[in-house]
Amino acid sequence: MHELSIVASVVETVTESLAALPDAPKGARVLEVRLRIGTLTNVVLESLEFCWGIATEGTALEGSKLVVKTVPVVMHCPRCDADVELEGVLSFRCPKCDEPCSDLRQGRELEIESFEIDDEAAMEIVGIEKAGDAE
Amino acid sequence: MTTRIVELRQGILKKNDELARGLRERYAIGGVLVLNLVSSPGTGKTAILERTLKDLWVRGWRVAALVGDLETDNDARRLAASGAPVRQINTHGICHLDAEMIDRHLAGWEEVELGGLDYLFIENVGNLVCPSSYDLGEGIRVVLLSVTEGEDKPLKYPALFNSADAAVITKMDIAEPCGFDRELALKNINEIRPGIRIFETSAKTGAGMEEWLGYLEEERSKKKHGGN
Repeated sequence: MHELSIVASVVETVTESLAALPDAPKGARVLEVRLRIGTLTNVVLESLEFCWGIATEGTALEGSKLVVKTVPVVMHCPRCDADVELEGVLSFRCPKCDEPCSDLRQGRELEIESFEIDDEAAMEIVGIEKAGDAE
Repeated sequence: MTTRIVELRQGILKKNDELARGLRERYAIGGVLVLNLVSSPGTGKTAILERTLKDLWVRGWRVAALVGDLETDNDARRLAASGAPVRQINTHGICHLDAEMIDRHLAGWEEVELGGLDYLFIENVGNLVCPSSYDLGEGIRVVLLSVTEGEDKPLKYPALFNSADAAVITKMDIAEPCGFDRELALKNINEIRPGIRIFETSAKTGAGMEEWLGYLEEERSKKKHGGN
């Protein structure tokens, strides 16, 4: 339900980060954005994809690819004294010993891992602008 | 083509999380225990809150409530009858409360100083999906489930149930005619959030209120003495 606001937040953060890059040429374009989304976040990946085109329109991210890495739920099992990965989210028990686990270690991630920019295209755009200035 | 990867490793909801951290600090300084009540629409959040505000007030605690709904101030008016300061947040279509809304409504709230409160209840928008991602800086997240909803709600909405610190089952007075399978509901809640405190209540009859209020007082004294 809140995928559009999540996507809008990603676009805003990447746009700001791009502008803050000390050596990013003006007009640099984003080719790809990589997210890490935990399976315990209720985020529907298809909805993210659907919103991506709308939210990136008219920004440096327009036409970019959204790559989502899903992060499984990891709990700490007190009996095994180890971090264990759950197969689903319908039972919070250790898959090895069946002990109920309440200590969540991973699975709620909503992160922007990285983004990729096209430096060359950016250089060209800067070049055109310079040519225009000279006229 | 020359491309370059820029590492970011940043939370998507970073702005909300930062604001929530600030709120949490302010609550701690003010010595107020803040509870975020989440459930689906119609669970009876307002009814249980009405009773909780009244009962805590009678016991001498200073209480207030922020209540979120898409539209109308019906809930705020209902809750204000308890005598406690209540402020309505209208989200106008947004399906959850976020830290910015809380911050903004605390700022313009003339009757309430955080330092002058013992408890602040935040009644979230009725929704079992989106509120799970938005930290409001609360000390305790309470998920509510009514006997009319079906015992498998925790399995259908694991993200929210797993993020809760306490669970309140409401409308226990009509459990029997509804064919509510109590054992199954308790088992499902425990399956998703092992070890969580569960309260079986009825705002109408007052059943389970004593235990619920006892928990609130216990948690408040824990916070006050630096526990977690």
